[in-house]
Amino acid sequence: MTGQTAVLAADVPFPPSVGDFYLPSIVPWGGHDSWFTKITLMLWLSVAILIIFFLVAYRKPQLVPDKKQWLAESIYGFVRNNIAVEMIGKEGVRFAPYLATLFSFIFMMNLWGIIPFFQISPNSHIAFPIILALISWVMFIYLGFKKHGIGYLKIALVPPAPWFILPILVPIEFFSNFIVRPFSLAIRLFANMFAGHMLLLVFTLGGFAMINANLWLAPVSVLSWLMTIALTFLDFAIIALQAYVFTVLTASYIQGSLAEGH
Amino acid sequence: MDSLIILAAEGGEAEHSPIIPLWQELVLGSIAFAIICFVLMKFVFPRMEETFRARVDAIEGGIKRAEVAQAEANELLEQYRAQLAEARTEAARIRDEARADAEGIRQDVLAKAREESDRIISAGREQLAAQRESIVRDLRSEVGTLAVDLASKIVGESLADEARSRGTVDRFISDLDATGGRR
Repeated sequence: MTGQTAVLAADVPFPPSVGDFYLPSIVPWGGHDSWFTKITLMLWLSVAILIIFFLVAYRKPQLVPDKKQWLAESIYGFVRNNIAVEMIGKEGVRFAPYLATLFSFIFMMNLWGIIPFFQISPNSHIAFPIILALISWVMFIYLGFKKHGIGYLKIALVPPAPWFILPILVPIEFFSNFIVRPFSLAIRLFANMFAGHMLLLVFTLGGFAMINANLWLAPVSVLSWLMTIALTFLDFAIIALQAYVFTVLTASYIQGSLAEGH
Repeated sequence: MDSLIILAAEGGEAEHSPIIPLWQELVLGSIAFAIICFVLMKFVFPRMEETFRARVDAIEGGIKRAEVAQAEANELLEQYRAQLAEARTEAARIRDEARADAEGIRQDVLAKAREESDRIISAGREQLAAQRESIVRDLRSEVGTLAVDLASKIVGESLADEARSRGTVDRFISDLDATGGRR
């Protein structure tokens, strides 16, 4: 927040740089210490908000739910039925609690990107997407070995193809299944949030830059700020979509590990 | 990475490569995600599954109960229908019986009446015959007396004793009877 107010000062830096994503510590003695920043504050707020919301909404579950309970159940029911069961099948119910936690956590973390006065998602720092992607990666590999033993390697690496193509296919499969998957998961989420914040910065700071350069450009500045609002709506769609995509892909990898071969 | 951060701190403006994670954030993120996973996966979502199950049970139980009630009602209806049909045949039977009884009673009464009338008629006939007999008997003696008296008057003397002593009149009448019977 301190960063934001600094940015709002008349002499704004333009164009925005990567440095704008790494704001100073929010404790006065912190300097550029990374333990207590706006980002970590939002991280803890996300955890607190989700835990409090779900615990309060589900303190006394009723057969006929009230509004809060209905909302909490809808979130879980959506992930359970439309992601877990749809992708994995009946067995998917087992993974629904994790997938629902993953979905709501990513969604909440992304949502900070458009909440006024915060307007940056912690997921625009790659550390968080990396953690989530690593968990998914370890999870689907573990499940594969648990289900098929060492035979999982054959299922994961050897596609049903003529033997003479296998020398090409096996390395490709290995590369795509065990190396690309976690990277693509992490980078997709990170890049979307990073770009979202970058766009908001460009149009907001651009407005200030133009109005500072020449007062005649004021109408263009206003247009630029209107674009910021429009982009905020676009960002919301991306926020929901990326949370959904991350969860669906994790579910799909789990399904691949549990499937009976090709 | 540390050198990067130090460099950034020295430069004042933190220029950190965005695709290299901050290790502090890795630690904090892991802890935070572990906490949220623990709480939600242990205390919230399993209870939701329970609630879903309870709801399904409640709905299916309700449907089952309704089905049982429906079956019971159907059975009762069937029973009432059977009873009604039974009552109807019973009523018809009773009506038929009553009709038969009435017919029987009518026949009885008729027979009795006919018998009675026959009896009365025959009694009348007998009485009539008896009366005729007595009248004929009276007339016979009367006619005899009259004839003797008349003959006495004509002959001029009393024939009464004579006639009585000889049974003339009786003989005459018997002859009359005989000829009358022949005729």
